[in-house]
Amino acid sequence: MSDSPQSPGPQSRLAQAVGVLIALRTAWRTARHHPPPTEPPPPLPRDPPTEYDPSERTVPANRQAENLVAALLVMAAGCAFAFLAVYIVLQTQTQLLGLSMGLALACLAAAAIIAGKLVVPQETSVESRDQLLKTDEEEEVVEIITDGGQGVSRRVLLTGAGGLAGAAMLGAAAAPIASLGPPAGILHQSPWRRGIRLVDDQGNVFAAADIQIGSFYDALPEGGNADSLGAGLLVIRLPQSMIDLPAARATWAPQGIMAYSKICPHAACAINLYRYPLDESTAQDPPAFTCPCHYSTFTPGNGGKLIFGPAGRELPQMPIMIDTDGNLRCAGQFDEDIGPSWWGVRRT
Amino acid sequence: MKLIDRYVRRRFARSVRYTDQRLGGAPAYKWLLRYVFPDHWSFLLGEISLYSFLVLVGTGIFLTVYYIPSPGHVIYHGPYSLLQNQEMSEAYRSVLDISFNVPAGLLLRQVHHWAADVFIASIVLHLMRIFFTGAYRKPRDINWYIGLTMLLLAMIEGFAGYSLVDDLVSGMGLAIAYGVVLSIPFFGGQLASSIWGGQLPGTDSFFSRLEIVHVLLIPAALATLIGIHLAIIMRQHHSQFPGPGRKERNVVGTPTWPAYALRSIGLLLAVAAVLFLMGGLIQINPIWQWGPYHPYLSENGAQPDWYIGWLIGALRLMPNYELVIGGYTVIPNPFWGGALFPTFVLGVMYLWPALERRFTGDRRRHDLLDRPRDNPTRTAIGAGFLSWVVIIFVIGSTDRLFFRLHIPYQAQIHFWRAGVWIVPIIIFWLTRSGARALQRSETHPLRGWQGTVIKRNDDGAVQHLDISHNGHATPASEPPVGTIPGQPADSQSSESSS
Repeated sequence: MSDSPQSPGPQSRLAQAVGVLIALRTAWRTARHHPPPTEPPPPLPRDPPTEYDPSERTVPANRQAENLVAALLVMAAGCAFAFLAVYIVLQTQTQLLGLSMGLALACLAAAAIIAGKLVVPQETSVESRDQLLKTDEEEEVVEIITDGGQGVSRRVLLTGAGGLAGAAMLGAAAAPIASLGPPAGILHQSPWRRGIRLVDDQGNVFAAADIQIGSFYDALPEGGNADSLGAGLLVIRLPQSMIDLPAARATWAPQGIMAYSKICPHAACAINLYRYPLDESTAQDPPAFTCPCHYSTFTPGNGGKLIFGPAGRELPQMPIMIDTDGNLRCAGQFDEDIGPSWWGVRRT
Repeated sequence: MKLIDRYVRRRFARSVRYTDQRLGGAPAYKWLLRYVFPDHWSFLLGEISLYSFLVLVGTGIFLTVYYIPSPGHVIYHGPYSLLQNQEMSEAYRSVLDISFNVPAGLLLRQVHHWAADVFIASIVLHLMRIFFTGAYRKPRDINWYIGLTMLLLAMIEGFAGYSLVDDLVSGMGLAIAYGVVLSIPFFGGQLASSIWGGQLPGTDSFFSRLEIVHVLLIPAALATLIGIHLAIIMRQHHSQFPGPGRKERNVVGTPTWPAYALRSIGLLLAVAAVLFLMGGLIQINPIWQWGPYHPYLSENGAQPDWYIGWLIGALRLMPNYELVIGGYTVIPNPFWGGALFPTFVLGVMYLWPALERRFTGDRRRHDLLDRPRDNPTRTAIGAGFLSWVVIIFVIGSTDRLFFRLHIPYQAQIHFWRAGVWIVPIIIFWLTRSGARALQRSETHPLRGWQGTVIKRNDDGAVQHLDISHNGHATPASEPPVGTIPGQPADSQSSESSS
């Protein structure tokens, strides 16, 4: 090289050497680093340049939060052990059981939420939404279905016959519904028969003399099923001046004693409120029964008429009589069915 | 450490490969782990009901082991002295035993009861969120119908649950239910006779039937519908509020793994924690105080669980009208408040998406939510309708208001017989004008100050320094998907339902 006419000077040689070295270093670095550090291509503008891209990902690497989560997990374990201890030793300490289990769960919840917010990578990402709409496939589906009827000529006949079979089968399948439950006529039944004595819930017979003005008494049929809906009676005594029964019930209040069904004719709750005017300020209000469920209010003085509330019928009254021993007995059926209204309630 | 990391990674790799080789599960995992949940507090209401349901199933299985669905008469000999030697049903005694004899029994019974109340409350709040943000619009109307069905089932389920106990208050609830079933025109009598096997309190098998409804039929239906509900959500992806970078065609938020999964598990645990704390510390339905049920007994001031309150209110409010034709009681009174009213309320809600489509002509798909103010008329109708139901719900407590505040009961009823029609109209107008005012001013009264900070330079030019606290102006909703500019919405062939 030195005998070349344009042999370069020492500076050029040095520059050459440096150039070779840089090239070698670059090559070596490129070979060492795998994958090679290529700049990612600039993202293609999916949206207009003003569009805001909310995507971001941050890695918190928060040791304090990690310690806090660990502490909460240990506390949860402590509370769970406390629950076990309470369960084994004290068994029915509901408050301590609830407190220890609740706190254990609360510590776990706090641990999970703190971990979710402060320990793991936080990421906001953008997911595209499926448009769900495939119009061409919709048409294909319709075609596939209609193709299934290719070559069928007697469509009307087949459809008609199929419809007939379907309707008949439906009717046949539905028929057993009719055998469900006893016929609705059972709703008319009452455990009271003429002559049955009135007793209290301990079985003691009510004498007419037991019934005082100003209070009401619960009565049940002697020897009858106390849990039958019609069993309960409200028995009261009113002064004759307050009694104004329909003419047909003239004999239903011997000595001013009357018996009404306990079951509200609105929605079957037991009536348990009775008001009787005891002083001047309330004297204008007639004595009345009120149901505690929907506050239907009935006046026993005139046959159980409704003066307030939603009940659509009067309170059924039962005739009573006083036997030779002075005890109260049923004298016949209620003037109307007891219990809530239904289709046939007014037809006995 | 490195060693453990490598080991854990290998375990995961094996499990993923196991299912991938057999079910081709890897793409599904990837999709599930990267599924994006938009971040907004109101989206958690539905999750709260899901997690309450899980608590209900867990505690319910425990209770099923001890409950005896029998009305058979027994004499009580247990630790609760006030009921000693009393005659009661075996069902009631078994629940007393759960409360007093079974270790942790009372805790789990009370957790179960509180969870039921929270379950339905969160469903109702979720429903309100869906309504007032317009999230029920296409394509989510199917899920709206499913959600309403679950609400209805949940209320029946809750009622069946506390009716199983056979204490005095639950017996009164069943008596009213009996009255309502009897009141169904034409076949109510036969229907009640079939369900109860005759008159109230029914045959010996009544509680067995009710238990099957409560522990099998309705829970299975609910679980199925929950599965469909969630599957549809994930197929369509969550809806989202408008915001920076949020569009009809995308969904912006936190991917499932890991942050969202941890937070959601945290919510599950928090719901369970609150329910266990309530179940342990706050008494609910102390059945031993009510005593056993007999048809001739009742209790003053009995109140049902909150989600039945609207029916009690409607039954109390209704005037005493019964439709009688030719001696037949065609429409007995409890029908109006106990059957027609809830049917109407649910019916309007079922029909709402179709009604809105019909009256607005908007048949487009909507994946961006409205803020309540964005649609003042819808918000006002919702508020008016809601207030109508809420007033009737509060009327269910008129006797308590009388007892506590001495407001005469009859005066309250007379007042509300008119007020129940007037107040919702007032609420409608107030809400609509309020929503319009908010729409005009673009203020957020609950969020504190938000707005644009500007500075006038010396040369008079205005310089924007800051746009709202988030650093981004909230853009108005972009046109929904399916909109072709310049064309009315219903002229689009592919989307309009004939």
